[in-house]
Amino acid sequence: MLLLERRPVDSTLMRWASPVLALTLTVITGFGLFLAMGKDPVEGLTFFFITPISDLIGLAELGLKMAPLLLCAAGLTVCYRARLWNIGAEGHFLMGALGASVVAVQLVDASGFWVLPVVLLAGIVAGALWAAIAAGLKTHLHCNEILTTIMLNYIALNLLLYAVHGPLKDPYGFGFPQSVMFGEAALLPDLIPGTRLHLGLAFGLLAAVSVWALFARSFIGFQLNVVGQDSRAAAFAGFSARRLTWFAFLVGGATAGLAGASEVTGPIGQLVPQVSPGYGYTAIIVVFLGRMHALGIIAASALLALTFIGGEMLQIAMNMPKATTGLFQGLLLFYLLTCDAFIHYRIRLNRPARQFIPKAAIAAAPEV
Amino acid sequence: MELLINVLAATVVAGTPLLLVALGELICERSGVLNLGQEGMMLMGAVAGFVATLTSGSLVVGVAAAIVAGVAMSLLFAFMAVTLAANQYAAGLSLTIFGIGLSAFVGAGFVGESIDGFTRVAIPVLSDIPVIGRVLFDQDPLVYVSLLAFAGVAVFLRHTRGGLLLRAVGEDPEAANANGLRVLVVRYLAVAFGGGMAGLAGAYLSLAYTPMWTENMTAGRGWIALALVVFATWRPERVLLGAYLFGAASILHLVLQGLGWNISTELLAMLPYVVTILMLVLLSWNPVRTHLNTPLSLGQPYRPGR
Repeated sequence: MLLLERRPVDSTLMRWASPVLALTLTVITGFGLFLAMGKDPVEGLTFFFITPISDLIGLAELGLKMAPLLLCAAGLTVCYRARLWNIGAEGHFLMGALGASVVAVQLVDASGFWVLPVVLLAGIVAGALWAAIAAGLKTHLHCNEILTTIMLNYIALNLLLYAVHGPLKDPYGFGFPQSVMFGEAALLPDLIPGTRLHLGLAFGLLAAVSVWALFARSFIGFQLNVVGQDSRAAAFAGFSARRLTWFAFLVGGATAGLAGASEVTGPIGQLVPQVSPGYGYTAIIVVFLGRMHALGIIAASALLALTFIGGEMLQIAMNMPKATTGLFQGLLLFYLLTCDAFIHYRIRLNRPARQFIPKAAIAAAPEV
Repeated sequence: MELLINVLAATVVAGTPLLLVALGELICERSGVLNLGQEGMMLMGAVAGFVATLTSGSLVVGVAAAIVAGVAMSLLFAFMAVTLAANQYAAGLSLTIFGIGLSAFVGAGFVGESIDGFTRVAIPVLSDIPVIGRVLFDQDPLVYVSLLAFAGVAVFLRHTRGGLLLRAVGEDPEAANANGLRVLVVRYLAVAFGGGMAGLAGAYLSLAYTPMWTENMTAGRGWIALALVVFATWRPERVLLGAYLFGAASILHLVLQGLGWNISTELLAMLPYVVTILMLVLLSWNPVRTHLNTPLSLGQPYRPGR
């Protein structure tokens, strides 16, 4: 009989092998899926994983999608390390995009180097404020952060929709729900001329490095880790859970807000209803897949960025539904968590070994 | 009066999917398992129900397919969270993300198709009761199913041996195990029941509420239901009340527009989510009450004979 048995020590090997194993299982499932749909699996997987990044333009697009994922994931890492289940990156992102757009629309005719930083800062502040609501609800009113952040995501989306249908709507936009195009001074500079890759990726990488420094070098990072691993120990040590919660949420909100601001000032150049294809939710997968580690989340954000452009590629080349992206991401996370169980547990094929009790111990046992 | 009856009837309709999914989650949580995958299971139920009805032409087949889809999804969760003792938050979240992706994938070819959904069937005699008759007993069949499910869950929890066993497992799995109860089996059954109800709730959306399929058509109802169960302090009557309260919040914009108020649709669409947060805030005024009612082992994996 198969038995699940707790390992004496968590497996470090499994901790890092699990994402690779999960990816392998996802690819195998994808292979089967293509077969079941009567499509050539090799061709399909090539279109998904390889074709999108086989030239410079493609790599630039990958970087473009990596930027928001990496920024959101960096902030979420700070929260998840402390076991704060912030699901609100999507909402922070949308509010960041909205906040930046409100300012950018006011500054359409402005010029000067200060315009872009002001616009980005507006996004950061908007994202952080949105996260502050969830932080306050948690620390002062003990509301479960999962539920509040999810609700705030829906509220943020409706606020954004209200803005593009109402106050921010371009009066000369032929009735489309979108803002005016931002001024030149409010747009992020390109990283590689001729491609759409912009400075946002640099922000993302910087955020990942900062997260590494936070946890490897700073006391507050240490406190966050302790709170996450044993909240009682943290309380005994006198760490303020309230202060750490605020810190984690504000960082999460600020980075995701910057991601939203970079998206509207980067590739889009205006506020549109579909500013996010779900970056904030996908970033959750990035954090889990990247093992809450800076290098890990960089690699994971590249992989998940690939699922976005791979899905578009399949749609164009093989007439597959665009939802392939979501399916792939869901499968990946599902397999990952299943494999993660084997960090703490191992499988035994037979019955658990009987405990060997020396005869002397039996003889010495007190009569009942 | 006529307007009031119509509004109340619409409230019941809007509250029914929430009632169905929240009743399922209530049972699940009473066994000590917190399944955050409600949204994913609902979406799978919605798409399975719609596709099955469209291809078979039968609403009953559609409902059955939705329940099966919900149960199948919940068993994936149970495997992770109960058998593999994974973190229930993460496992449930992954179920939702997986369900959103899979339902969109399965339903991609069916967007824009239409079916003849459930229509109202008045129950003789009962529907002649003034006001209540029109509000509760002149509805589509799935509303009656939800009311029966409510009665069933309420009786099961309080007055049957099965309900007692379920509560025992949720309060103290160690003690339940010591008394010879198969904790994991009970939890599997509870999770599967939750999945079936979530699938049914999804079917209500795609077969009765708006007979069509669109991506993400649950619009957070699965999450609202999770908040609802907490707010109801794990009691069926309060779940019923809360579900209709949310139903009212989610149709308020229609009512206001009908009255000629000019408020942006987008702003009013926020209302159910804002109400959810307000409810959670209200709860915090009396944390002791919530704490006393929470199934003691909620969210904690159980491994027999560690």
